[in-house]
Amino acid sequence: MPAAIQNPRVLLAQWRLPHPFPPLHYHRRLYFRSPTAAAAAAANSFSHSEILSIRESLLSRSKKAVEIASEYLERLRLAEPTVRSFLHVAETEEVLKQAEEVDRAVERGESLGPLAGVLVGVKDNICTADMPSTGGSRILEGYRPAFDATAVQRLRESGAILIGKTNLDEFGMGSTTEGSGFQVTANPWDVSRVPGGSSGGSAAAVSARQCVVSLGSDTGGSVRQPASFCGVVGVKPTYGRVSRFGLMAYASSLDAIGCFGSSVVDSAIILNAISGHDRLDATSSKHDVPDYVTELISTDNMGSKPLKGTRVGVIRETLGEGVEGEIISSIQAAASHLEELGAVVSEASLPSFSLGLPAYYILATSESSSNLSRYDGIRYGKQVPEDELASLYGNSRASGFGCEVKMRILMGTYALSAGYYDAYYKRAQQVRSLVQRSFKEALDENHILISPAAPSAAYMIGEKINDPLAMYAGDIMTVNVNLAGLPALVVPCGFVGGLSPLPVGLQMIGAAFDEGRLFRVGHVFERTLKGHRFVPPTMALSGC
Amino acid sequence: MAAVGAAVYFRGLRFKNFCFFPSSPHRWGSRSLLFRSGSNAASLTSISASGAQSAQTQTRAPAERPQTQTRKNAEESSQGYESVIGIETHVQLSTVTKAFCACEYSYGSPPNTTVCPVCMGLPGALPVLNTKVVEFAVKLGLALNCKLSLTSKFDRKQYFYPDLPKGYQISQFDVPIATRGFIDLDLPLEFGGGHRRFGITRVHMEEDAGKLLHSESGSYSQVDLNRAGVPLLEIVSEPDMRTGIEAAEYAAELQRLVRYLGVSNGNMQEGSLRCDVNVSVRPIGQSEFGTKVEVKNMNSFSAMSRAIDFEICRQVTLHKQGQGDQIVQETRLWDDGSQRTVTMRKKEGLADYRYFPEPDLPEVVLSSEYVEAIRASLPELPEAKRRRYEQMGLGMQDVLFLANDVAVAHFFDSAVDSGADVKMAANWIMGDIAAFLKSERLSIGEIKLTPRELAELISSIKGGTISGKMGKEILVELITKGGTVKSLITEKDLVQIVDPAAIEALVEKVIAENPKQLQQYRGGKTKLQGFFAGQVMKESKGKANPALLNKILLEKLNAESS
Repeated sequence: MPAAIQNPRVLLAQWRLPHPFPPLHYHRRLYFRSPTAAAAAAANSFSHSEILSIRESLLSRSKKAVEIASEYLERLRLAEPTVRSFLHVAETEEVLKQAEEVDRAVERGESLGPLAGVLVGVKDNICTADMPSTGGSRILEGYRPAFDATAVQRLRESGAILIGKTNLDEFGMGSTTEGSGFQVTANPWDVSRVPGGSSGGSAAAVSARQCVVSLGSDTGGSVRQPASFCGVVGVKPTYGRVSRFGLMAYASSLDAIGCFGSSVVDSAIILNAISGHDRLDATSSKHDVPDYVTELISTDNMGSKPLKGTRVGVIRETLGEGVEGEIISSIQAAASHLEELGAVVSEASLPSFSLGLPAYYILATSESSSNLSRYDGIRYGKQVPEDELASLYGNSRASGFGCEVKMRILMGTYALSAGYYDAYYKRAQQVRSLVQRSFKEALDENHILISPAAPSAAYMIGEKINDPLAMYAGDIMTVNVNLAGLPALVVPCGFVGGLSPLPVGLQMIGAAFDEGRLFRVGHVFERTLKGHRFVPPTMALSGC
Repeated sequence: MAAVGAAVYFRGLRFKNFCFFPSSPHRWGSRSLLFRSGSNAASLTSISASGAQSAQTQTRAPAERPQTQTRKNAEESSQGYESVIGIETHVQLSTVTKAFCACEYSYGSPPNTTVCPVCMGLPGALPVLNTKVVEFAVKLGLALNCKLSLTSKFDRKQYFYPDLPKGYQISQFDVPIATRGFIDLDLPLEFGGGHRRFGITRVHMEEDAGKLLHSESGSYSQVDLNRAGVPLLEIVSEPDMRTGIEAAEYAAELQRLVRYLGVSNGNMQEGSLRCDVNVSVRPIGQSEFGTKVEVKNMNSFSAMSRAIDFEICRQVTLHKQGQGDQIVQETRLWDDGSQRTVTMRKKEGLADYRYFPEPDLPEVVLSSEYVEAIRASLPELPEAKRRRYEQMGLGMQDVLFLANDVAVAHFFDSAVDSGADVKMAANWIMGDIAAFLKSERLSIGEIKLTPRELAELISSIKGGTISGKMGKEILVELITKGGTVKSLITEKDLVQIVDPAAIEALVEKVIAENPKQLQQYRGGKTKLQGFFAGQVMKESKGKANPALLNKILLEKLNAESS
């Protein structure tokens, strides 16, 4: 159990009136301002953390958990027809019942969990005992797990209220949510565009303020790329930081449960709640979980050079061919901003960078071909009755899995086959070691590395659906981090595009188990960036 | 379809009247009893004082003569050919919980009652290694004189079958926990005796699969996942065995070993010890192996021995008839009813299990301290026990009997430790006690007799306090009701009369009461000495020391006549 959040002094100064969001406006023009000015502005601005402001509302009794829950449910209902983030929404009565319990706890003066009254969306490939969990696949249509994932259980223990299960590319395989067996989620910034993926539903839901924070999963960038596309904060923790128990496995050695929030503080709070060793996951780490939140520099005591001494490496290979010019500009601007904040910014090189993508696709598909074997129609999920065992397997899987999943199972099966194993799987493992080594060297030189989270901003729905290679190429910015098992944080850093601007995320990569530093740097970056609210225009549709 | 094909295939062979198998189908049943082994099992298991195994095999102890006859046949028929046998043995470990989850497993539970998300392969469930499995693997690895891999890993072996919930079995592929060992054993004397050392290729850890239950109509099958995830050790032997007997003895020694170590109950009927045997034959002098055939479904050592000898014969006959190409790489099932092997499935090329390292489990790393601590904790193993018993002066028959069952060996060792005469203790255990256990179907741990009292009983007899006959009487009491030898002797007033004066009085009394017989004795009918002895013994209520009695009686009878 993470400790309850401390630090009320800052919060009281930032306490605000009921409406959780500013009136509709977004900042397409981005400009930076000095940290001092930012600090001054912060004192007057609304909270920089949705979770902390909910907590303050509850503790100061200015607002009841039931009211907060109702607002979110209402906004979810209004936005859902356009955004389609959710595959399943919790029963209203159930949500309100849990909110009432929070209110009663407040009245009785009991101590509140760090996520008390916080509405959380959970990616549908993470098991929840009280809601269906399909992994976005028809093969698990209507499947209800017998247990909560460890991360979900920890959320509940922290007082969170689950509001629903969010859409994704089937079993996490895809970058757009177009690979979902059920529906395509729209990007709240432009509903004709994809929200990214595979955790597109979780990113869109936070972006559209349908929930406060959400859980996603990141195997090759599935938290970071949609965070970038949807203009929210996304964190992919170190491999083993968060238990994978209850996460439907895609590629076990790469999978990590990650979090989305509308601010760095929120994502730090939720990661704090779900991190830590779990005896049900042999790959979960016993490494101590620091209190990420109290470690964040409050804007009050932010000096003029809050990042003084932080060495930042801009990964050279991520700012070249295949990356949109506007993206490169945004990242360079962000680098300058970090420099202004006192960081020492230099160029870093990862020579094996380009090898990561093919290695990733071999390892991920190999593991997935094995992990998805359990969906055979025998014990649960879709079964096509047949007289012969082979056709029962064949037809159940043929009708249950979507095209992308089938393609990856075929690729992975091929890569693991006798005679090909050495040329593909084994070689990819060797590349993985190379990638790990080059990250190690770069992170010995620098505290953090930065890069874009994706080579472009959100693209149109349908744009890459028939060109899987182009879609795979979009993962180039993120897959290396999974191969190395490192933590990475994506913070919105700007916009691209003319009349309909789209958000761009800055990816910060840290050393293993150094999430705390990523949060500190991200927080300072976010707080000093004019336009850090990143609220999408489609909020107008939901009446905000 | 496969079964039909096999039957036809087999019938074709049968008409060629190969080996010692009868050619007319109606004789199968009766002749199968004559087929050699069974007795092998008897030798292996009748000496086992415990376990369901012996109960099963004791029912078919064949006559000695036909058995030697068939052995001879087998030897003659395979003349010019040599068989090569390698065995893969799966031993189910008796850990409290399964290999990768917290489910407790007990044989015979109602279907699907000892399952959880992990062993059912539910989405999102992950395996966590039960460290007892590693401990047991290290124990067996050390007992098999293997080289341990201080770093080993798990791999996934992938195939689809309804009893395999995850679609893959967690196993060890290229880095097993133990490799390159050997096992020593002594063949039973009835098979010529002799010491053998067979190589062990590897020992690895893996999980068991569930079971399919087929409906009687055959229209559907059900899956029972109770057994899914139960830890197994797979022990692969070198192809060092040459006969069914050697193979069965190898398996029996493995069973002893796992029972001695306490890592498994080794029960074949419950499937806790399963052997898949690879059999091939080649002309003597040829260095490369012949095509190997896998034989499965043998649920006793005797079945193993018979199945292998059948298979050797089948293959040799095919070779001799110039049909060696009909020996194909396949899996054959032993059919206990018809006493033959039948084709289960032909292997079309090598199955590709697409092994790759299990990403859900970290590597298994053993520290040398850990290994040494386990080595230090190992009990005395069967081979060491046999060598020690030999040095104690016991014959091989006794050695094999006593060392066969760990409980019996403990009982014997304790009795000797309590001062019992080695040979007498062995005789008592192998004689009256074993007979009692066999007739009552008990194990030595289930009787009231303690090793200390057996030692006491033996010394009472040796010291002359009671006669051997009295000893047998009170042994039954000791086994069924318990108590001490001393109290029983007192209670039953069994103390032997060793006072010469008392015996002399009895003798004189009997002689005085039987003047007619005395006259006849003195007339030369000296056989009547037995009559007098019996009468004296009767008079003493059986308590007179026989040696003393005879000495005094003879003195009296002869003294009067001279």
